[in-house]
Amino acid sequence: MKLTVGKTLASAVDGATVVVVRAGADEVDITSGGLPMYDPKADPRPDGDPDESLLGGTQIGKRYVNEADDIELLATKPGKGSIAVNGETLRLRDAKPLPASD
Amino acid sequence: MHLSMLLDMACDGFGDRTVVGRSHDGLTPVDLRRRARAGAQVLRDRQAPALVYLDVNGPAYPVAMFAAAHAGVPLVPINYRLGGEQLDYLLGQHPGALAIVAPDSAAHVASLGLTTMTTDEWLAVTDQADNEQDPDWSDEAAIVIYTSGTTSKPKGVLLRHENLVSYVFGSVEFAAADPADAALVSVPPYHIAAVANVLSNLYAGRRAMVLEQFTPEEWLALVRDEGVTNALVVPTMLARIVAAPGDTSVPTLRNLAYGGAPMPARIIQTALEMWPDVGFVNAYGLTETSSTVAVLGPDDHREALASDDPAVRARLGSTGRVLPSVELEIRDPFDEVLPAGEVGRICVRGDQVSAEYAGIGRAVDERGFFDTRDKGYLDDAGYLFIGGRVDDTIIRGGENIAPAEIEDVILAHEHVEDCAVVGVPDDEWGQRIEAAVVAREGCSIDAEALREYIRGHLRGSKTPDRIHVISELPRTETGKLIRRHVVTAIAGESATADA
Repeated sequence: MKLTVGKTLASAVDGATVVVVRAGADEVDITSGGLPMYDPKADPRPDGDPDESLLGGTQIGKRYVNEADDIELLATKPGKGSIAVNGETLRLRDAKPLPASD
Repeated sequence: MHLSMLLDMACDGFGDRTVVGRSHDGLTPVDLRRRARAGAQVLRDRQAPALVYLDVNGPAYPVAMFAAAHAGVPLVPINYRLGGEQLDYLLGQHPGALAIVAPDSAAHVASLGLTTMTTDEWLAVTDQADNEQDPDWSDEAAIVIYTSGTTSKPKGVLLRHENLVSYVFGSVEFAAADPADAALVSVPPYHIAAVANVLSNLYAGRRAMVLEQFTPEEWLALVRDEGVTNALVVPTMLARIVAAPGDTSVPTLRNLAYGGAPMPARIIQTALEMWPDVGFVNAYGLTETSSTVAVLGPDDHREALASDDPAVRARLGSTGRVLPSVELEIRDPFDEVLPAGEVGRICVRGDQVSAEYAGIGRAVDERGFFDTRDKGYLDDAGYLFIGGRVDDTIIRGGENIAPAEIEDVILAHEHVEDCAVVGVPDDEWGQRIEAAVVAREGCSIDAEALREYIRGHLRGSKTPDRIHVISELPRTETGKLIRRHVVTAIAGESATADA
């Protein structure tokens, strides 16, 4: 699918959600726990069993990026699946949080 | 990118956590969204092109913000204390809008062609079961904030959904707050910090409440009673809090943000010593930049306070470093970028920078930079120091003089509470320098002795030609000095020292 900033995607493993924060223009294949992620508002939840080796989990509030650093997802509901784009498992982006200024 | 996304994320992430209001009767993200959807329907039914908010800050305000966003119309928070012509002028920009008002101003606002609803009516009418309607995405701005017009007629700054969401994505960590955290906001709803505050706290999952009418005693009591962990004040408020008699303990407070106007170093030092466990945060930003673009964090404050190195110590008076998502340049009058240490105009670029005015358009250069018209410089480590507005520069006998430099010297005098330095038209010099000073309680100021003191720190050409001792400086409610009123205030003043 094509990722657009602000789009919510859900994991077919357990309904965990992420929001697209940054994305390129290309069509991508995006999975969680090996199962295709879906638009929870428009699409039915895909069937299938998750790949046990792809259950590293997503943590709420954390951002996940690919190696090229052109795709960034923010987890809004935690879950068990590891997210992968075109087969590449995304890694946790750790940035030092800024102090609250307002 | 749309404000409703932030609310949807909060609903997904922590939909049943209280995020607005007091702990006993607050709203959750799910409540807020159900009310926003109901409010949006009210706006659609009335075909209102905008939602004007003309009351004190409170739970009705975030409901209004997200209702407007869901209806695809701008929220226009306006200063409810503005008098006569100024208020009528601003309301006149929004014919047909729905206005949320205090009961005593409803009739007047309605007479100007707006429909009105009191804040209580608004809270009642939005308390509906969830209609689950999707938001209308439109090309309208999310928020319109009028500049305070300290130097000219107010301009409407258009903050787009993209600007505000970019700001939140770039500076706040989603769901990072502890469920027990609570933020106290003491800024009025028509200030950009109030807008940013609603969004940042919601996104972080931090319960936010407001103090409608600020007094130091009530602020301190509320911090203690509600276990407030985060607070936002403007400098004049902090000055009054640290000077308050009685119990000034704030056992739960961890993060205190201040900004909106320059903070005298003396006050921040007092506060740092008074509350050793509080993390202080100073922020610099403008309405046009969707709030904060540079931030001085708790560690920066403590490091500066403890340092013997004058350069590090000076950072207590800085606004810290630029956000990673913002680019900042200091430029000379020919738009050349200046190196560290040199004073010039502060220009910024980034997705959160709106720089867009109603009826005017975007005020950015060909590279997308917005000229803040604030003067300042960066030190070697990238800390930003603000040196006043370009427009406030006094030109005395061909020499450019920044009021801020003289004000810093005067404010350091132990008998001075507040001061403002302005240029007054002068036949011989073009402009002459005059200062208005307010004495600290229990102190008296001898104008001539103060001039001698200033001359001891600055050159003669920077010593005010005249000093006026007055009881209070004209400031906006958020502490911003209204310089054109200073000139009026000192025109017929008593205690002066002539050159």
